[in-house]
Amino acid sequence: MTVASPNDFQDSLQPQGWLRYFSFSLDHKVIGLQYLVTGFLFYFIGGAMAGVIRAELASPISDFVSRETYNEVLTLHGTVMIFLWIVPVVNGGFGNYLIPFYVGARDMAFPRLNAVAFWMIPPAGILLIGSYFITGAAQSGWTAYPPLSLTTPALGQVVWIVSVLLLGGSSIFGGINFIATVLKLRRPGLKLMQLPMYCWAMLGTSILVVLSTPVLAGTLLLLSFDIVAHTGFFNPALGGNVVVYQHLFWFYSHPAVYIMVLPAFGLVSEILPIHARKPLFGYTTMVYSIMAIVVLGLVVWAHHMFTSGTPPWMRLFFTIATSFIAVPTGIKFFNWLATLWGGKLALNSAMLFSCAFIVNFVFGGITGVALAQVPFDIHVHDTYFVVGHFHYIVYGGTVFVIFASIYHWYPKFTGRMLNEDLGRLHFLLTFVGFNLCFAPQHWLGLNGMPRRVAEYDPSFTTLNQISSVGALLMAISSLPFLYNVLVSAFRGQVAGDNPWNALTPEWLTSSPPPVENWIGAAPLVEHPYGYGVDEETLSLEAATGKDLWSGAGRR
Amino acid sequence: MTSGALHPPDSRPAADSVPIPSSLVTLLVGMALVLSGLWVGYNVDLLPLDASANAPVYDSLFRVLFSIGTILFLGIVGLVVFSLVRFRRRAGDHTDGLAIEGNLLLEIVWTAIPAIVVLFVGIYSYDIYERMGGMSSLNDHSAMHQMPAMETMEASVSSAEGGQEPAARVWGGIGTGAGEANVLPVEVTAMQFAFIFHYPEGDITSGELHVPNGRPVELRMKANDVIHAFWVPQFRLKQDVIPGQPTVLTFTPTKAGSYPIICAELCGPYHGGMRSTVIVHEPDAYDAWLQKNSPVTATVASAPSTPTA
Amino acid sequence: MTSLATSTSAAEAVTAEAHEGHADLRLFGLATFLVADGMTFAGFFAAYLTFRAVNPLPAGSTYELELLLPSINTMLLLVSSYTFHRSGRHLLLGQMGPCRAWLLLTAGLGAAFLAGQMIEYFTLPFGLTDNLFASTFYALTGFHGLHVTLGVICILLVWFQTRQGGRVTSAAPFGLEAAELYWHFVDGIWVVLYGILYLL
Repeated sequence: MTVASPNDFQDSLQPQGWLRYFSFSLDHKVIGLQYLVTGFLFYFIGGAMAGVIRAELASPISDFVSRETYNEVLTLHGTVMIFLWIVPVVNGGFGNYLIPFYVGARDMAFPRLNAVAFWMIPPAGILLIGSYFITGAAQSGWTAYPPLSLTTPALGQVVWIVSVLLLGGSSIFGGINFIATVLKLRRPGLKLMQLPMYCWAMLGTSILVVLSTPVLAGTLLLLSFDIVAHTGFFNPALGGNVVVYQHLFWFYSHPAVYIMVLPAFGLVSEILPIHARKPLFGYTTMVYSIMAIVVLGLVVWAHHMFTSGTPPWMRLFFTIATSFIAVPTGIKFFNWLATLWGGKLALNSAMLFSCAFIVNFVFGGITGVALAQVPFDIHVHDTYFVVGHFHYIVYGGTVFVIFASIYHWYPKFTGRMLNEDLGRLHFLLTFVGFNLCFAPQHWLGLNGMPRRVAEYDPSFTTLNQISSVGALLMAISSLPFLYNVLVSAFRGQVAGDNPWNALTPEWLTSSPPPVENWIGAAPLVEHPYGYGVDEETLSLEAATGKDLWSGAGRR
Repeated sequence: MTSGALHPPDSRPAADSVPIPSSLVTLLVGMALVLSGLWVGYNVDLLPLDASANAPVYDSLFRVLFSIGTILFLGIVGLVVFSLVRFRRRAGDHTDGLAIEGNLLLEIVWTAIPAIVVLFVGIYSYDIYERMGGMSSLNDHSAMHQMPAMETMEASVSSAEGGQEPAARVWGGIGTGAGEANVLPVEVTAMQFAFIFHYPEGDITSGELHVPNGRPVELRMKANDVIHAFWVPQFRLKQDVIPGQPTVLTFTPTKAGSYPIICAELCGPYHGGMRSTVIVHEPDAYDAWLQKNSPVTATVASAPSTPTA
Repeated sequence: MTSLATSTSAAEAVTAEAHEGHADLRLFGLATFLVADGMTFAGFFAAYLTFRAVNPLPAGSTYELELLLPSINTMLLLVSSYTFHRSGRHLLLGQMGPCRAWLLLTAGLGAAFLAGQMIEYFTLPFGLTDNLFASTFYALTGFHGLHVTLGVICILLVWFQTRQGGRVTSAAPFGLEAAELYWHFVDGIWVVLYGILYLL
C-alpha cells in the first residue's frame, strides 16, 4: 500500500471554492460537510415538525391540526430525524471528514461511491417531505407496522418506502466505505490499536449497518409488495403474519439505535481527552466494549415487542441480552469519568455539551435497563415513558454530541473559532429546554399517556404544557447557534491550525486542511491521546514533525 | 475504590496534585448516596393507583429499579459536576492533567459491579414476571385454544383436540396461573376505534368492561383490522391485540372503581380517542349489573356454558 | 445542474488517479457489499421459515414443489460456477481465447437457468397472491432471479471487455474477478434457497 504523493490532485478539474459543495465532489472533507449541512437542514425541518406535535399536545383535545395530518407529521418527524439527520450526520458527516485523517489517508477508500452515497440523500429527503405536499405522507409512524401501513393511504406509504430504501442504500454504501478505509487504508506503520476511538466506533457502526440495514430493505420490499401487488406477507386477512414484520423491522431498527449512538461515543472519546488534557482512560477496554455492543446489539431486537405476542422464552432471552448491554456501555461511561478525573477541564461549549451528554445518556440508559425488564416494559411499552427514554438517548445523547462536535471541529472546518459566549448560551438553553421537554414525559407515560396520540386525558395537561415550553426553549436555542455558525465563518477569531493543542492527526495540518489533507507525508500518530506532558513539548511549533508524535509525547 | 487507584504516578508537589478523598470520605459519600437513592425509590411515588393483584408486585420491582437508578444517576452526575468544578482549568494554567492511561483493577471493578447488578435485576424481574403469570402456558387450559399439530416456536402448545376453530391458538400474553378455576372469561374485540367486550357467561356485549372485584378475569383478545393494544395503567398491564393472532391477558382487580382502558398502539387517525373504561364492581354490584344487562334468556345464560376447562 | 455534470467527468479523472494511489480495494468492497446482500436474503429466509413454522396455509394448498426442474437448475448453476472459475484461470494465464469461450458458456448456463425458472413459473399451479407460501416463493426466487439476470449481464459485459483492446486483461483482471465473486455468491445463495424452499 502506498500513499499518493501530494501533487496528484493539484491540477484536478473539480470546481473550487464554494461551488464544490454543490458538486459531485470526491473530496471526503467536502462530502463530510455536505452531509453535515444537509443533515442540519433536515434537523430544522424535523424540528418544525416536533413543534407541530408539541403545539398539538399543548391542549388535551385535537385542535391544532387534523388527526390525519398529526399522524403524517409524527411519521415524518421520526423518519426525518433518524434517517436524514442523526444517521447521516454522525456517520456520513463526521465519519467522512475525520476517518481519512485518523487512518492517515488522503481520502476514503472509494471516493466515488462516497459521493454517490451522499447524493442519494437529497432526493430521498425531497421525496419524503414532498410526499406530504403532493400525495399525502405516510401515516403509520416511522415503524410502519402492518396492517396499519397497508390500510393508510397507499401512495404516501410507497413513497415513504422508496425514500427509506434510498437512505438505507446510502447508509450501506457509507458503511462499506468506512470498513474498507479503517481496515485497509491505514497509513503504513499505524496499528489498529493506535487508532483514535472514533475509528473503532465507526468500524463497529459500519458492521452493524452492513449486517442489519439490508434486512430492513428486504422487509420494506415485502411490505411494498403487500401494498402494491396485494400479496399477503404481513396481511392477516390473506393469511400473513404481522409479527414477522416487527421481528424483521427491529432486527434493523434496534441496531439502528447503536448506529446512531456508537459514533457519538466515538466523537465524545475524541473531545473529552483534548479538553481535559488527559489521555483517554482505558483505551483497550473501550475498544472491546464497542465490539461487545456491536455483538449484543444484534441479538436484542425483540425487546421492542414484549407486548406483541412473543412467546415467554423469547421475552426472557431478550430481557437478559438487553440488560447485559448495560455492562459494556457502563464501562465506556466509567472510562469517560476517569478521563475527566484529575484533568484540567476547559469549561468551553464542547466540554459542556459532552458532559451534558454523559448526564443525559446515563439517565436514558437507566430507563433503558428498566425498559429491558419484561414486567416493567409491559406497563410502559408504547407510552410517553418510551418517548422520553429514546429522546434522552438520541437527543440527549447523540444530538448533544453533534453540538459538542460542531464546537470542537468548527475551527478545523472553517479556520475560525465559534463565539464561546453564544456557545454557552446555546448550551444552557438546549440543556434546560431538553430536560424540561422530555423529563416530564416519563411521568406521563407511567400514569397513562400512550405515545402517538393527538388527544389525551385532561389531567395530563400541565405536564404536557411544561413539555411544550421545553420544546419552545429548544427551538429558541437554535437561534444563537445558527447566528454563531453563520457569522463566525466570516468574522470569527482566526483559529490557527491547532487551537486546542490536540494530538489527533486532523489537527496536524492546516485549518481548513488542503485538498490532499497534508502537504507532504501523513504524520504517524501512534499515541493520539498522549496528553499529560509539559507545555513546552506541546507547543505548536513542535507539533508538526512526526518524531514528536511517535514517542516523545509520552511520559 | 477510586481513591487508591488514581494516585498520580509522578511525584508532583503535594499542593499541585489531586487531593485524594480519604477512604472515609468515599465511604460516607457512598453511604449517603445509597441511602438517598433508597429514600427516593421508596418515597417518591410516580405511579398511579394500584388496582390489580399484579400492580403491587410491579410496584415493588419499580421501587427497586428506581432506587438503583437514582443511586447510579446521582453518583455519576455527582462525579461529573465534581470534576467540572474541582478540575476546571484555572486562568493562566496551560499544563496538562495526569498522564493516566488506564487501570486494570478499576476496569475489572466497573465491569463486574454492573454485571452483578444487571444479573440481580434480571433474575429479580424474572421472578416478578413469573408471579405476574407471564411464564404460565397459554394454550393448555382452555378448550377454545386449539390448533393443528405443527411446529411452532412456542414450547407450550397443547396437543390438538380437533376443535372447530383451528386458528384460535393463543399467540401471547399473560395467561392464568395453574389452578385458577374461578376465572371470568371476557372476549375482547378491538377495532378502529373501539373495544367491544363480550361476556360468554351472560351473552352480554358492552362497550365498557365490567368486572367483579377480587375475581380473576381472562381477556381473550382479537383484532378486526389493525394492531391495537389494551392497556389499563392502574393494572400495570398491557397486551397488543393483533389481527390474526389471538392474545390473552389475565388480571385480578383488587380495588373497586373506574379506570381508563387505553389503546397504546398507533391504530389510525382516532388512535388518541380509542379509550374505554373498566369498572370494577364489588361482587354483588357486579351480579346486579349482570342481571340487569343480560338478554331475555338471562336464566339460561347464567348457567355456566363454560368455555373454560 | 451544469456544475454537477461537468464535475462528474472531472471526478472520473480524479478517481482514475486515486486508484493508483493505494492498493485496489474494490474486491474487498464488493465482498462487503455481498455480505450485506446476503443479509437481505437471510431476512427473506428467516421470514419464510417463520411463516412456514407458524402460519397454517388455507385448505388445499401445500408446501410441496416439483423437484426435477429446480434440481436441473441447481446443477446448471453449480456447473456455471466451475466454468467461470476456468475462465478466470485462463485469463490469469493470458489465454484470452479459452477465457472468453468459458465466459460465454457460463453466460449460457445462466441464461438456461433463467429459462428453466421461467418454465417453472409458468407451470406452477399457484400465482403470486394465492397464498402466503406462493407469495414467499415468488419473492425469494424472483429476487434471486434478478441477481442471476444481473450476473448474466455482467458476464456479457466482461466478455465484451476481454476482446482485443478491452479493459479486462490478465494485467487488469478486476472486472472478471468481481463478476466471478458475484456469480459464486449468487450460486451459493441458490444452493441455500434450493435446500430451504424445495428440499425442506
